[in-house]
Amino acid sequence: MEKMIVAKTGNEAMAEAMRQINPDVVAAYPITPATEVVQIFSSFVADGRVDTEFVPAESEHSALSACVGAAAAGGRVMTSTASQGLALMHEVLFIAAGLRLPIVICEVNRSLSGPINIHCDHSDTMASRDSGWIQIYSEDSQEAYDNTIQAMKIAEKVFLPAIVSVDAFIISHSMERLEILPDEEVQAFIGEHRKPYDLLDVDNPITLGGLDLQDYFFEHKRQEIEAMKEAKAAVIEVGKEFGEKFGTSYGFFEEYRMEDADLAIIALGSTAGTTKVVVNALREKGMKVGLFKIRVFRPLASEEIKKSLEHMKAIAILDRADGMSSFGGPVFHEIRSCLYESEKRPIVTNYIYGLGGRDIFPEEIESVYKDLEKVAEKGEVKNLINYLGVRE
Amino acid sequence: MPSLKQLSSEKDLFTYGHRACAGCAASIILRQVALVAGKNTIFVGATGCMEVVSTIFPYTAWKVPFLHNAFENSAATGSGIETTYRSLKKRGKITKKINVIAFGGDGGTYDIGFQSLSGAMERRHDMLYLCYNNEAYMNTGIQRSSATPFGAHTTTSPAGTVIPGKQQFPKDLTEAIAAHDIPYVAQAAPHNWADFTKKVEKALTIEGPTFINVLSPCPLGWVYPPHLSIKMSKLAAETCFWPLYEVENGIHKINFKPREKKPLIEWTKLQGRFRHLLSESNKHIVEEAQKEVDRKWNRLLKMAEAKI
Amino acid sequence: MKKGWKELPIGTQIIKPGSSEDFKTGDWRIEKPIIDFDKCIHCLICWIYCPDSSIYVNDNKVTGINYDFCKGCAICAEECPKDAITMQSEVESE
Repeated sequence: MEKMIVAKTGNEAMAEAMRQINPDVVAAYPITPATEVVQIFSSFVADGRVDTEFVPAESEHSALSACVGAAAAGGRVMTSTASQGLALMHEVLFIAAGLRLPIVICEVNRSLSGPINIHCDHSDTMASRDSGWIQIYSEDSQEAYDNTIQAMKIAEKVFLPAIVSVDAFIISHSMERLEILPDEEVQAFIGEHRKPYDLLDVDNPITLGGLDLQDYFFEHKRQEIEAMKEAKAAVIEVGKEFGEKFGTSYGFFEEYRMEDADLAIIALGSTAGTTKVVVNALREKGMKVGLFKIRVFRPLASEEIKKSLEHMKAIAILDRADGMSSFGGPVFHEIRSCLYESEKRPIVTNYIYGLGGRDIFPEEIESVYKDLEKVAEKGEVKNLINYLGVRE
Repeated sequence: MPSLKQLSSEKDLFTYGHRACAGCAASIILRQVALVAGKNTIFVGATGCMEVVSTIFPYTAWKVPFLHNAFENSAATGSGIETTYRSLKKRGKITKKINVIAFGGDGGTYDIGFQSLSGAMERRHDMLYLCYNNEAYMNTGIQRSSATPFGAHTTTSPAGTVIPGKQQFPKDLTEAIAAHDIPYVAQAAPHNWADFTKKVEKALTIEGPTFINVLSPCPLGWVYPPHLSIKMSKLAAETCFWPLYEVENGIHKINFKPREKKPLIEWTKLQGRFRHLLSESNKHIVEEAQKEVDRKWNRLLKMAEAKI
Repeated sequence: MKKGWKELPIGTQIIKPGSSEDFKTGDWRIEKPIIDFDKCIHCLICWIYCPDSSIYVNDNKVTGINYDFCKGCAICAEECPKDAITMQSEVESE
């Protein structure tokens, strides 16, 4: 099998994956910084490079609503958005998951207003983390491409929708080396479209999304919760199969120089790349540091996270969103909670960083490892929640 | 136009056992639509009375595929279904003709779903959108909408001691959708089942987006005894408050001209929501409402006459 | 017994078309319509206006009323052009 090596931005990479998936329907609304995905895909449609019917919706709310209709009618369906767009979709996110529709969103992580800002943070996807969507974060363009292909397959295995995201501009607009699979390999990998049901089957009419009261709502929700548990196995299975076929395996997370590490940073998305550079530099100086990159945040691999992290002395969690609870960010809450069951229970601190696209520098990441070193030495934490790179 | 004999030999696809109030006109409307549309039809309902009463799990009144998504998006949802249909047809995976009918009440159509409807119409999806207009948010307990008539009492435009009911004239949604220059737009009412079913049949035959706005008298919200629902529909047409007309390829055509146009009060005086208008101090409201009905009717007459 | 989450079809599907026919609404009624077949001309006006599909029609003839579902709205009685339908109190008829 011959992979094509090209230079593409994160947006181009996701659009390329969408082209190869060749969905029945794409309904989308452009938004910075995901506009390109919609633009590029439109040109694929205009040039007949896909069989997809494109719905240029008049809002993100309608875009995802049309996706729900399209998927319920038995189509393979995708869309793309960012930030305010995802927020406008918010209501329908829960409905798509509740109706068990395997829609995939190619998402670009951008700050939610206000104040308005077009740059990267994770407040948008973090605000939808409890909507019943599988969430996969990508470190670079290659992952964005690989994740999009895998997401389609995972979603159709468990009948839950999935969001694949990349960091605004840092990845969405940065040209990187990208290995593209042959079209037919992608098609063979994702396989025939699996649909949960089919409204177009008029001979077997079903009613869908009706009023569900106290006597059945909970059972339907329980089904959805179980599907998210099943998604764990699907993520692993699909990630492994991807590796066997195409060379790079994927799991819930990536452990970078973690095998003998005492101190770990946990990060999502592009910051993981920066952190790897710092880890290498500190390793040169003899520090036992590692990076634990979360790829799949939903489903949350709580048991696996616990097992991988419980032997650490101290852990710092980098959150590119704040929960506005006065108690840190969402990743911090969840990972720390995973470790509660551990008898070893390492120290876990939180660093909120990079809001509104504020750059994070290697020196700052290094300072976090240095903090961790002190914390581990003393066995006590002075500042549990920290803010990195903000002027006092 | 199908005759009653023909229609009655068809099976109801919107069946009994739904939980609509006794005398609910919206259930008459949906029943008539389903009879005409037939089994190769997918319905999408906005959140609202008719979605609620017809789909309480595990009971459905639908014998055709039905999807509810949310309140403001039934047009967008229908557009998605229609797009998959088109896509699969293009790929040769489906051959039969399937209708897509999205519907909503006036809340889901005039107000919160207006944008979604406008978008779907502009994008030229081959679907029928049907509004059952009961002139307020009845499902949540009779709050005013932009379809609520001038002077009407609702729970959010109450007839108080200072403000006597709704202070604005209703939005003319039928004309607003006609302004999208779609091939077919119509206004109908359930008392005239012949006119209404003919319009549904026509809308489903026409390729492209079509829209029918149906007046849906509501015993609870309009405050009249349930047996008068059809009378209310008829009087709305006879007073020309709710003209039965269609706009086909941009040309207005009136489908019913009363021999003698009845005064609006003949209709309003039968409804509790207008009770406060019977007092002497509110006489000016009745006059203003009548004036507006006259203005709109004359405008429609002129357009129909000029064939525009 | 209501089904548990393992037994229900996924995604809130109701797979039995028209299952509301298992949910009787006839007990909502206060007054019941009675057809006088001597007056009935089988014009089917009552049938087309019935919100609850509760007028039985067979071979283009009105044959009766489905009292399991008729909510007693009396639209049929009001609209019958021959006054062939009258409303009778449920209390009295018991």
